[in-house]
This record gives sequence, C-alpha cells and structure tokens, in this order.
Amino acid sequence: MAQTVTREQIQEKVTEALVELGADREAIKPEAEFEALELDSLDLVELAQIVEEEWGVEITAKDMETMKTVGQALDVVEQRAS
Amino acid sequence: MSRRVVVTGVGAVTPLGVGASALIDRWTAGESGIEDGLGRCDAFDPAELLSRKECRRSDRFTQLALAASNEALEQAGWEDGAVDPERTGCIIGTGIGGIGTIESNHTVLAEKGPKKVSALSIPMLMANAASGNVAMRHGLKGQCYGTVSACAAGAHAIGVGMRMVQWGDADACVVGGSESALTPLSMAAFGVMAATSPTGMSRPFDARRDGFVMGEGAGVLVLEAEEVALARGAVVLGYVTGYGATADAHHLTAPEPSGEGAARAIRAALLDAEVEPEEVAYVNAHGTSTPMNDRAETMAIKAVFGDHALEVPVSSTKSVIGHLLGAAGAVEALATLLALRAGVAPPTIGWEEREEGMDLDYVPGEAKPLTARTGDRELASVGAASGPAVANGASGSLPEDGSGRRIAISNSFGFGGHNAVICLETS
Repeated sequence: MAQTVTREQIQEKVTEALVELGADREAIKPEAEFEALELDSLDLVELAQIVEEEWGVEITAKDMETMKTVGQALDVVEQRAS
Repeated sequence: MSRRVVVTGVGAVTPLGVGASALIDRWTAGESGIEDGLGRCDAFDPAELLSRKECRRSDRFTQLALAASNEALEQAGWEDGAVDPERTGCIIGTGIGGIGTIESNHTVLAEKGPKKVSALSIPMLMANAASGNVAMRHGLKGQCYGTVSACAAGAHAIGVGMRMVQWGDADACVVGGSESALTPLSMAAFGVMAATSPTGMSRPFDARRDGFVMGEGAGVLVLEAEEVALARGAVVLGYVTGYGATADAHHLTAPEPSGEGAARAIRAALLDAEVEPEEVAYVNAHGTSTPMNDRAETMAIKAVFGDHALEVPVSSTKSVIGHLLGAAGAVEALATLLALRAGVAPPTIGWEEREEGMDLDYVPGEAKPLTARTGDRELASVGAASGPAVANGASGSLPEDGSGRRIAISNSFGFGGHNAVICLETS
C-alpha cells in the first residue's frame, strides 16, 4: 500500500483532515504555518492519528516539534510512506 | 464590602428549546419538552451557534454552556471593556461533565488500543471544561472554575458567583450549570439504582411519582455589582439577594427524610436576603418526581414557612424538562427570575393525585398569577390582570410603598447530601 501513495494523495488527505480539525480550507497551503491556521499541538496529534490510520505512518511527538508548516508535515508523511 | 448583586442577562438551552424565553414561555403555557421518557435538547444544533473548531474540541455539555452563555452575555449587552475582564469571574457547574466523551473514548481504547484514544479526550471530558471554554470564548479573566455537587451544582455556582461580586472579589461573574449525560452508561447506572422513572413520567409531588426523567441542557446568568451594571447602562432583570447552602450528612443519595438539611438551607437563604418567610411569593421546587425528594422537600417547606406554606405556590420546572442534573439549579433559578418578572407561578404539569401529608399548592395544570406580599401588609396581585397568565411583560399594578417586591426561592438538592437555595427578587 505504501509504495502507491503519491504526494497528491497525501496532500488531499491531509487537507481534508486539517479542514476537519477546523482550519480554513482556502488558507491551507504548503507554506502555511499551523499556528496561522489556528491549529495547536493537540490538533497535530489528531492529524498524526489520521495519517497513521490511513497509511500506517507513525509520527512521533519529536517529529511534531519540527513540523511548523503544512509542507513540512507532507514531507514527513511522504518520506515515511514510501 | 457588601454590594447588591443584579442579573443583567440570562441564557438557556433546554428540552423546551434554545433560549430562555422558549423555556419560560412554553413552561408557563403548560407545554412539556419531555419525549419518550427523556428531556433531550433536540432543537439544539451546536453547528449553528458554534465554530467548527469549538464543536470538534468540546463535549456536548460544554457546547450547551457556550450557547447559553452567548445568549446571556448578549442580553447583558456585553462588549469588550464594558466590565474589566480581570474583574469578571466565570463559574459553571456540572454534575458529571463529559461522560459522553469518556464513554466513546473508552470504547476506542477497548477496541483499538491506547494509541487511538483522542488527544482531545481530557480537555473535553474534564468537569471544568465548560467554565474554561466560556471564559476563553468571552475573555473572562477573573476567578474561573466549576462547581461539582451533582444536582445542586448550578445553584452552588450562582451562590459562589454572587458572593464573589457581593464581597468585591469580582465586579461581574458569569455563572451557570450544564449537563449532557443522556448516555448509555449514565442512563443504565441511574436506572439500576432506581433513581429514574421506569414509566418515563415526570410528575413531581404526585402520589404516583416513581423517579425522575433525565434531561440535558444548560443555564447561564450574568451577575454584576449593581453599581457597575448601572454605571454602564445595563438593564437590570432582577436581584440575587440570598444564598444558603448546607449538607445533610445523612446518606450519599437519599435525602434526610424530614427535610432538615433542606430546611436549614432555605432558612439560610432567607436570612441572607433579609426576607421573612411570608414575604416569599413563589417557591421553585427541586421537585424531582422521586418518592423521597418530593416528600422531604414538602416537609422542609412546611417547616420553614409554617402556615404560609399552604398559601405560597410551589412548582417544579422538572415537570416539563425533566432533571437536568448539574444544570438544573441554574436553569431553574433563571426560570424563577423570569416567572417573577412575568408575575406568574408556572405549573407543575402531570400533578393530579395528592399524597397524604403533601398538601401544598403545587400549581397543578396551569400557571397562576403571583401575589406579592411584604410582611403583614396587604396582598397585592402582581400577575396579569385577566385571563391566563402571560409570560414576559405581564405586570399588574403594584403599590408604590414598595410592598410589591416580588420574592422567590429556587431549591436545589444533590446526591452527596448537598442543599443549595437561591433567593431572587424583582421589582
């Protein structure tokens, strides 16, 4: 399953997850910072759970410390999923 | 310092609808919000009133509190800077807190393991989530916490908020109660202890009563020091003049059979308000529809009011919305205030059969006009002049010598032996 995941698929799923978490869809861009999207560490834990459920990718609390933007999160997921 | 405490806003979400006026208007008209043995807030859609993020990050008991506080603060004409936020408290009680969140996440834990439990579980389930979220939403930066005393929690919240303002620890305090416990575990647990009605009927004080009907909802009041409210031009809805709280120290769930602890709380509230028992025009009863509460409460009222007990109307809001547990005290106190303003005692719906020894005027069937009394001065009818009582705005002529004060008490008693009574007044 992991080999078939594309960046576009990840981006689509993560975007849906962020909207579900309360972010404004229009504001979700790779360079957008989570803080600017009004998403906090609790939201990122929820995002990590969604990602793990979808692709079996584990994102740790330590990973989250370095994830400041949507793009950085996409990078981590893409890297782990392939 | 002892300042007069005024109410400048009220808000409620109850089985009778969204809004405090839905509660008092429909109750006064004799309508019930109980369906299939439960008091659900079916008309409440959190997505209509709260942001997506607020909905996602809060248990239903917090959502109900947020909706009620929005209404109360809007009515109070609240705006940034109106009252110093650091001098504004927020006390919201609950009986249980986020039990729906506990139950759903426990299922996740059991079925999928610990890593799948929501990171939002704790901030959603904690009993102080309502007070914390309401304070955050409105920028209230004074004392903030929840009161936890089962079915007296809403009344305790009003009591401590009143003291806070009265004594000068705050200039204003947003107080209330909230509950959403119509969940499988909660309903099963109240059921097996035979607290809830097996027939699904809420008929307080009726000889056939067999337990309470569970309900959900929230009630919020904005309390302010009178001088602060008047200085900012706020409209005063009424006064919280007295608070009395005691413990039965008798049994964890059964009331002391003579109502002694409840009577002490009523006396304490009247003493605090500097009100004589015969001045009370209306008693909003705890009136759960359980065999034990309604009898003990009747005895407490008779012990305190003497002969006046047979004259003063006593009715139970729970007859039309069920038992809102930790929200009950706040919802019923604000309903009491609105009833006083309308000059009516709303009815105890479902009351038909008298039980021996329970001989108060429980206001069966339909609302009746209130009679204001002050000591041994003449009676002054303050209700609507004719026809059935009309909620909101109905006000009869009052004597100009001040004898038209309208005074009521609202009783709340909780598992744990907690008794809390609030004395309210309008003029």
